[in-house]
Amino acid sequence: MSKSFTLPDLGEGIHEAEVLAIHVVEGRQVKEGDVILEVETDKAAVEIPSPYTGEVGQVLVKTGDLVKVGDSMIVFENGAGEEAGPGPSDKQIEKPSREEQQKPIPAADGKEKGPVPASPATRRLARELGVDLHQVPPTGPEGLVTAEDVRSFAAKAKEVATVPQVSLPGETSMAIGTPELPDFKQWGEVERRPFRSIRRATARQMITAWSQIPHVTSQDWADITKLEAFRKKHKDEIKAAGGRLTLTVFGLKAAATALKVYPMFNSSLDLAAQEIVVKKYFHIGVAVDTEDGLIVPVIRDVDRKSIKELSIELNDCVQRTRSRKIGLDALQGGTFTITNAGAMGGGFFTPIINFPQVAILGFGHGRMQPYVVTRDDGSYDIVPRLMMPVVLCFDHRVVDGADSIRFMKVLIETLQDPEELLISMT
Amino acid sequence: MVMGELEQQTGLLVIGNGPGGYAAAFRAADLGLDVTMVDPFPKPGGVCLYTGCIPSKTLLFLSTLIYDAARVGDMGVHFDKPRVDLEALKTWKNKVISSMSGGLLSLSKQRGVQLIKGRAVFEDSHTVRLENAEVRRLRFKQAVIATGSEPIAYPGVPFKTGGRIMNSTGALALADVPQSLLIIGGGYVGLELGTVYSALGSRVTVVEMADLLLPGVDRDLVEPLRKRLDSIFAGIHLKTKVAGLTEKEDGVDVILEGEGEHSEQRFDRVLVAIGRKPSTGSLGLEKTQVKTDKRGFILIDDQQRTADPDIFAVGDAAGGMMLANKASREGKVAAEVIAGMPSAFDVRAIPATIYTDPQISWCGLTEEQAREKNIEVKILRFPWKFSGRAHTMGASEGLTKIVVDPKSGRIAGVGIVGREAEGLVSEGSLAVEMGALAEDLALSLHPHPTLSETESEAAELFLGNSTHVLSKKQA
Repeated sequence: MSKSFTLPDLGEGIHEAEVLAIHVVEGRQVKEGDVILEVETDKAAVEIPSPYTGEVGQVLVKTGDLVKVGDSMIVFENGAGEEAGPGPSDKQIEKPSREEQQKPIPAADGKEKGPVPASPATRRLARELGVDLHQVPPTGPEGLVTAEDVRSFAAKAKEVATVPQVSLPGETSMAIGTPELPDFKQWGEVERRPFRSIRRATARQMITAWSQIPHVTSQDWADITKLEAFRKKHKDEIKAAGGRLTLTVFGLKAAATALKVYPMFNSSLDLAAQEIVVKKYFHIGVAVDTEDGLIVPVIRDVDRKSIKELSIELNDCVQRTRSRKIGLDALQGGTFTITNAGAMGGGFFTPIINFPQVAILGFGHGRMQPYVVTRDDGSYDIVPRLMMPVVLCFDHRVVDGADSIRFMKVLIETLQDPEELLISMT
Repeated sequence: MVMGELEQQTGLLVIGNGPGGYAAAFRAADLGLDVTMVDPFPKPGGVCLYTGCIPSKTLLFLSTLIYDAARVGDMGVHFDKPRVDLEALKTWKNKVISSMSGGLLSLSKQRGVQLIKGRAVFEDSHTVRLENAEVRRLRFKQAVIATGSEPIAYPGVPFKTGGRIMNSTGALALADVPQSLLIIGGGYVGLELGTVYSALGSRVTVVEMADLLLPGVDRDLVEPLRKRLDSIFAGIHLKTKVAGLTEKEDGVDVILEGEGEHSEQRFDRVLVAIGRKPSTGSLGLEKTQVKTDKRGFILIDDQQRTADPDIFAVGDAAGGMMLANKASREGKVAAEVIAGMPSAFDVRAIPATIYTDPQISWCGLTEEQAREKNIEVKILRFPWKFSGRAHTMGASEGLTKIVVDPKSGRIAGVGIVGREAEGLVSEGSLAVEMGALAEDLALSLHPHPTLSETESEAAELFLGNSTHVLSKKQA
């Protein structure tokens, strides 16, 4: 018998992946669990273990291919059964990939159930609308899926769906409403590069966020002179523990503090339900610049972790993200995002909110600046202070400008006064 | 495009012009593609039209008439022994073929499908070399392989045109009506052609290595046919193999070895019907990324795609049930996928018919498959001895069976043995494809008296209210 291995469901919202590497060749014996493929999804690189033990009969994909969930990738030969005598009456000729695709879903009791009952016209409609019949709640007799069921399922999916499905169900619709481009070659040499994986996912996410969220940005300065002194003092100690004490670590902690005080910044707007979903957990995403593009791993329960713990976890997380070893789970579930552009330079900027979150916090480059201080006697003095631009982009549907000023005040005060952070140092 | 160029280009190349190939070519042309179809035989139709379905069914129609004429003697009507004019019969058969053939040719032209006579061999994934053709090389964007299958020869005894050891093509050419004919292989080809030759007057003997005829077909459907064949064939030897096969000038010497049969016999002719193999061996597939299984069948997915992104395969060459209806649908699917449509081969009930007397026809899940795959089913059997219409035709040996899900009664398959099974099975196909319940079939009124009522009566068995069969619940 041959078995075909199809691209499994890799998690929430992931429909396709690009084949990065193939670790097997035809004829190779593999054991269940051996890594056979490496694919890159919109969110991360994933190693795929073999679900079977057997011989690799056929590799149906090549590096660089875009495969969809359910596409056949590898056919396994499991030995016997192939050599049945030929003949016109031999009706069970093996056709692995197709057979597997049409294989009925085994029921819980181990007995196989038939395919989803639906007429050929309904099945065609489902294909056209990109609907998986297995997911459609049937209204016909004894579980028959009708054309109407498929249509309403497709309509509902469009309505309820999160990020990529909302306005951009697939690659092609990315082009909807996009004006035709001129032939750039007429003005000189060009190179066409593929628009794929992370780049494309970023584009989708940005279009969704930018077109759905009315963005407003608050800007202010944070005096991080003391904080920087504190950081320098403790960074070796943290390094010894395997962490990296960066400004982002303090940012995480300060953001968690501010989010607790103003929980609306830790919410999502559910338009379909006409509700605001306020999250009671504080999972903060950190934008990481990688060779392949922007990836946002999420640090969970920031409010419950110490500076030291966060330094270690964030460092590990950034390393794994840069080497594309981060799991998909670690990229999901964020409630708020921090993007720290400061390490590279830059001043004020307006980041785009990580939909469906409500706000994003950005740090610019801290510079020594002349700063006017008021002395005890009421006179002024100009002193050098390390000043960092801080920006907060928020969803004006959910919160207002005054809220953002209040949020920023808590945040900036926390950053200016590391005493409070100090308490949670270990 | 102009004929006579050494090298041409086309959008879609279809290799093979049988039912899979021309269905693909026609559909693709209808969808606006630039299509070229290549085949060594210049007119479309393939094995089905020239050496398969159509000629064999032309002959089987006449065989049935001959058997019916004999059968009605018991009903009080006597015909004289039929007089067969072999030349006129062949002329009739050829006329049937040529009228179909002419139709396909003009359909090709009307659709603007370019036909090239020749044999295509791949040079790479986008080029074929053409042998014995006016065009030497053809470049294409995409290709559909629809080269079909060919009869397997007895090991060491290749088929010779006009020889006494024949394949189905030779048998259908009907050089003569041999006094004695040995058929090697108890599959449908052997039994259908045995039925023809027996009707024409040959003494027909069948040998089969397996312990049953028509392996893969449900036993209860084969049983009435087996009884009938026992009466019209000179012998059916199961678990018997041919140990020697030698063609002489005036006959074929055959050594039979098997259970209860050890003999050396001479037959006037021998038909080798031990199966068919895919015609993929000399296509140059190694120059492409196309993959085949160990027997040469091209591996495809449900969109007819091979492992080569721009090459598709349909029909017998791609394996599965070797049937024209399946090939034709696959051809359409391939064309639609190539044209960018979200098409897929998702047929749940491929109907198959064996045109013996009685006929056997089935679609969807069979009882045997359900057992093999451990699928829980309920079998509803309606024997034709309860059908008034069957009795009026002297066809009461028939049987209609429906395979249903035991809980919902959803129809998964239908099997029929008996007269007109070829037409009766279609109601089953529709039922399976539509996801119909036994109740739907039972409540659909059928004309009376007809054989089609056996299907609604079988369905009534699920509800326990069959009019003519007492169910256990009622008894």
